[in-house]
Amino acid sequence: MGAYELSLLTLIGINVMLALSLNLITGFCGQISLGHAAFYGVGAYTGAMLTTSGQPFLLALVVAALFAAVAGVIVGLASLRVREDFLAITTMGVGFLFLGVVRQQEWLGGELGISQIPETGLGDGGFIMLVVGATALVFAASVYLKRTWMGFAFDSIADDEDTARTVGIDVARYKLTAFAFGTAIAGIAGCLYAHYARIIVPDAFGFTVSITILAMVVVGGIGSTIGVTIAAVVLTLMPELFRFVNDYKLLLYGGLLLLTMRYSPQGFAGLVRQAAAKARSKSEATP
Amino acid sequence: MSLLDVSNAFVRFDGVTAVNDVSFSLDDGEFVGLIGPNGAGKTTLLKVISGVLPPGGGRVVLNGQDVSDKPPFVRARAGLGLSHQIVRPFRSMTPVDNVALAAGATETRNPLKALARTDRTAARARARELLDLVGIGDAAEADPSNLPLGYLKRLEVARALALEPKLLLLDEPLAGLNHVEAGRLADTVTAINGQGTTVLLIEHNLSEVMRICRRLLVLDQGRLIADGAPQTVMSDARVRAAYLGESTEDADAAA
Repeated sequence: MGAYELSLLTLIGINVMLALSLNLITGFCGQISLGHAAFYGVGAYTGAMLTTSGQPFLLALVVAALFAAVAGVIVGLASLRVREDFLAITTMGVGFLFLGVVRQQEWLGGELGISQIPETGLGDGGFIMLVVGATALVFAASVYLKRTWMGFAFDSIADDEDTARTVGIDVARYKLTAFAFGTAIAGIAGCLYAHYARIIVPDAFGFTVSITILAMVVVGGIGSTIGVTIAAVVLTLMPELFRFVNDYKLLLYGGLLLLTMRYSPQGFAGLVRQAAAKARSKSEATP
Repeated sequence: MSLLDVSNAFVRFDGVTAVNDVSFSLDDGEFVGLIGPNGAGKTTLLKVISGVLPPGGGRVVLNGQDVSDKPPFVRARAGLGLSHQIVRPFRSMTPVDNVALAAGATETRNPLKALARTDRTAARARARELLDLVGIGDAAEADPSNLPLGYLKRLEVARALALEPKLLLLDEPLAGLNHVEAGRLADTVTAINGQGTTVLLIEHNLSEVMRICRRLLVLDQGRLIADGAPQTVMSDARVRAAYLGESTEDADAAA
């Protein structure tokens, strides 16, 4: 693989992690978030500030996850008060709040962001291995989580949180856990991105990025780890492979979101499930 | 020993007093029917006991623990099982998983411990027993959205039983069931009560209520107007008046 392919692979890994982290909150636990890029940004800024001030990269990675998770739990507290469309608007507000604050902070570089982010010390190969390894780990953790009793409780909350309470589920703690896990992973993705790009600006964590991540989750199939992963890979590759797609990226993502919600709310994973069910009933019908 | 003490429960919705200063106690092991005309506040009172609805006043003591300002999940853990009048299955799950989630309440108690546990075998086995018990074992793996109301009503009961409650609150579990099914479910609930579970039942099917309940509470316009043995209560003049004057258009009938 050439340098370009390796760089693309890194970007895919970061986007898959981001999409899976939002899928944990929105897909598994049913809590819509339109401001996920803010946590990605918290991770990126935290990581960049730490390594530019001479701290080791791995420490920066851990602290980035921690800071993003703390921010996530605070926003998660809002999810205990407001639901669905109100939560969507609240999280959107959080996204804009993050941008608004960061842009005004001189010590965070203001509009210019942070440049000259140092190398990780892992070398190019080592860094890519780290990203690929972390992506695989997040994927495996997602698959595992869905099978645990925590995943089972998340299913019930996503389905009907009032009823979940009547069967003894502490909905508030589960929601906060989902926000903590999901935003910690987004923080890690952000720190990795900062050290991949070596320069970060506020706009890299804006509303369009939140929508892009959401598009990956929705198009792939809300709640489906494999579907979301495939969608994240495809939606990352498309603008890279076809230049014209890059020019109309937002149009494409917006259009895909609209088409998915209108014609296949379960996303790509839902289409596959339907086709499989059809094939099964056909093979049962023909002796 | 009293298992449930409700004192001075009070609920008001925009100008309508749905539950007005209701007090009563249930002893351990009792089987009590809660009846009254439509809109009398029966379901609202049940919601106050289960914690789904914050009361405007009053106290609820469950098994010696004051749960008045505790959320529903704390009450469920303290031994309260609820079957809803308007069925609310988890629609993304099969009936067996609906019940298994409740049967595994100890597994989900602590989120981090729940993260370390994946085995659902025991909970699912228990869930199948309960589905068989209420007579819907044949629909264990069905899609809840395709099941008739009679099945979903019994699914509600099975899910409530899966919590192994000390107090079972049943809100019209027999509605939507035919005569034979209703009789059978009533017998099942009686048998469960015989094993020590206290039951508080809201039911419009008066013949079943008179057959299985040992005590009746009667609500009318939010007030408790009678409390006693079924025959005595039904011969009470105020109860008869409340029933004869029954109207179906009460504003909070569905509440």
